[in-house]
Amino acid sequence: MWARPSQLLRRGIIGMNRRNIRYIGRYNDRRLYPLVDDKLQTKLLAERYGITTPALIGTVTTQFGVKQLQKMVAGHEGFVIKPAKGSGGKGILVIERIDGDGYIKPSGVRLEKKDLERHVSNILSGLYSLGGTPDVAMVEALINFDEHLSEYTYEGVPDIRVIIFRGYPVMAMMRLSTAASDGKANLHQGAVGVGLDIDSGTAVRGVQFDRPRLEHPDTGHELASLLIPDWRNLLELAAGCYEMTGLGYLGTDMVIDRNRGPMLLELNARPGLAIQMANGEGLRSRLDLIEKQPEGLGVAERVAFAQRHFARCGELRNIAPPPQPLVAPLPSA
Amino acid sequence: MSRLPFYLIVGLLMAVGIGMSVHRHVQFEVPWTQGEQRTVWEVEAIIDFTALGDPVRVDLALPQHQRGYRLLTENTASPGYGLSFLQDESGRRAQWSIREAAGSQQLYYSARLLVTEDRRQRALPAPPLREITWERPYDTAAAQVIERAWARSADPYTFARELIHDFSEERQGENARLLLTQFDRSTLLVGLLNQAGVPAREVSGLLLEDGRRRQTLTPWIQVFAGDDSWTLFNPTTGEQGQPDNLLLWESGGRAVMEVQGGSNSRVTFSMLSRNQPAAAAVRSQLADDTLLNFSIHSLPLEEQALFQTILLIPIGALVVVFLRIIVGIKTSGTFMPVLIALAFIQTTLPTGLIGFLLIVAVGLVIRNYLSYLNLLLVARVSAVIITVIAIISIFSVLSYRVGLNAGLTITFFPMIILAWTIERMSILWEEEGPKEVLIQGGGSLATAVLAYLAMNNPWIRHITFNFLGVQLIIMSLILLLGNYTGYRLLELRRFKPVTED
Repeated sequence: MWARPSQLLRRGIIGMNRRNIRYIGRYNDRRLYPLVDDKLQTKLLAERYGITTPALIGTVTTQFGVKQLQKMVAGHEGFVIKPAKGSGGKGILVIERIDGDGYIKPSGVRLEKKDLERHVSNILSGLYSLGGTPDVAMVEALINFDEHLSEYTYEGVPDIRVIIFRGYPVMAMMRLSTAASDGKANLHQGAVGVGLDIDSGTAVRGVQFDRPRLEHPDTGHELASLLIPDWRNLLELAAGCYEMTGLGYLGTDMVIDRNRGPMLLELNARPGLAIQMANGEGLRSRLDLIEKQPEGLGVAERVAFAQRHFARCGELRNIAPPPQPLVAPLPSA
Repeated sequence: MSRLPFYLIVGLLMAVGIGMSVHRHVQFEVPWTQGEQRTVWEVEAIIDFTALGDPVRVDLALPQHQRGYRLLTENTASPGYGLSFLQDESGRRAQWSIREAAGSQQLYYSARLLVTEDRRQRALPAPPLREITWERPYDTAAAQVIERAWARSADPYTFARELIHDFSEERQGENARLLLTQFDRSTLLVGLLNQAGVPAREVSGLLLEDGRRRQTLTPWIQVFAGDDSWTLFNPTTGEQGQPDNLLLWESGGRAVMEVQGGSNSRVTFSMLSRNQPAAAAVRSQLADDTLLNFSIHSLPLEEQALFQTILLIPIGALVVVFLRIIVGIKTSGTFMPVLIALAFIQTTLPTGLIGFLLIVAVGLVIRNYLSYLNLLLVARVSAVIITVIAIISIFSVLSYRVGLNAGLTITFFPMIILAWTIERMSILWEEEGPKEVLIQGGGSLATAVLAYLAMNNPWIRHITFNFLGVQLIIMSLILLLGNYTGYRLLELRRFKPVTED
């Protein structure tokens, strides 16, 4: 039922308090938070830095603008409505296709025009934003995610969370939505988290509700064969967010579009700790190593460094990992 | 980045806090615990009046040594006024005077009274009987009332009791009602007693209750029965005897206050009880306002009573900080539990818990309906606030009708905080489901109960109120907790699966 603190320490697990004081408090300048807390700002910034993001259909900034919503989305196949300042996936509404007057969610539920307008109105009045401040609703084009990834997910788009520490990708996981999580990619709601090897982008370990899992609970597809295409490109895109925001401890949420490749979905200045569960490993040793590295390296160099040092063999492969001594053995005298 | 300044500040706060507390303990003999103590009441009278620009003379009756209470010290504050204390057979009085004063005036008198075990009653000479000349038809009514009570009584005390009963609400006869239209109740009762040959007079007393402000004196009837022995009667209920918490303020049968040269005068009282060791309580401590004696005890009593509660808030905050950082409990709204705990102090725990659950549950149902109306956020929360007020009023009225006076205390809940709590929980319900609502709601309630238990602990109340240095110690503890990077208790459970393979 309970772990001893020494057990967690030995595995380098980081707790909330340590994350808050030691990493977020020290490496994330509060001044920079608005850049990531406001998704619209992030998007505009990303465009300037050449980082691809999902296409913006439009924004709704005023209550009377809500009436224009129907006209705005007309002609698009599907779209996503998001609060610009939402957190934890709150207030995100995905419409897979438009069917006459109805809007169909991925789950098949049909929404009316007035449901949509109510949702946008709630976003504007700050229902989903941090501190309840008035907000802006963003309407984005639906992501056409990679066909071969669709077997690993139920309804929602699988996204990839990469923790970027001082510009180095230190840990990554893929979040696969399930029926239990209602198509949302939040681990505590029942999504499956799959730890990813930083070197190859292959699956390391899968968890659902903090328990190990070998296959997706809904599609039944085994997780071991998961391989993220275009992995190095994705890491470089994610690592580039350090230069873009200046935040030292950053959670980047990436998606892979069939046509446009890896894209930045959103950034998080207070990324959660569940990624440790998905990887079956604590962040501590990796963060300690990065802290010793000098500043001023380029993105490619940093990604290469991380791939070299954080390479891991997945336990899902069912093959014994080759013994890899941390330090080269000294020639015996 | 050195943490030295941080630890210096924490150490300094801790040292100063402990130093101040020890100093207060040693120098003023304030004990660490409440054990073996004598209660000292501090009573403050505030006289308000509007001076008319002429010479002003204010006359106030003062309490004296009496059964159960010993007068320790007294102080007055009255800038510009001359002051003298007079003593005559009817009691002690203070007289303030000034040649010229205009506008609103305030005079202060405060006294410290030691609660004694002495239960002996002081013998007092009976006052002379005063004849009342009744006008018609009041004379016959008075005579009949006296006759009725006389027939059903044996001695002065039983007569007084019967007489008062005849004027009580349920047994009020026609004669009694007629007399009450013309005379004030206690004056009338004294007149009737005198007419029947029983010496009696009207006295004024103060019911002592801890932390009360803006209280007024209540009238009592002192009835004599030969040999200088006497007893008190409550003119409304007819209850005989002096309640333990009644301090006789004026017992000479004279007016409590007389003001010449002023209008709109009134006198109100604030009081506070404090436990002190016998030795320190008896020794009179005149407040020498050095920096080290900096304490809220130098404030007027009215504000002190307020501070008694305010000084407990840091204790509640400490509990919240501990539960969130060390234990890892989730609450809805960071310090909402402290405010709920403050309300619990007023309502007592069982009533408070039931009230809180009732309000939040009914609020959630109504809020659920409001979400169908598609309102803007501010309007919706405002509607919830009004709903909360309505729920509180309905519960108060219902519980009062049923005879549960405890239900009335439900009004102590912070309504706006409750409305936000309902709003947040409702959103949580929609987004994360009822389980998360239970976790956060239960966490908030558990935190509130723990904060309440800490804040309502008599020893903690004693320490926080008597040792201001403790506030600095709490501050340093909270700073230290804010620096804690270890695991939270609940994380040991959360991360358990990682250690299992």
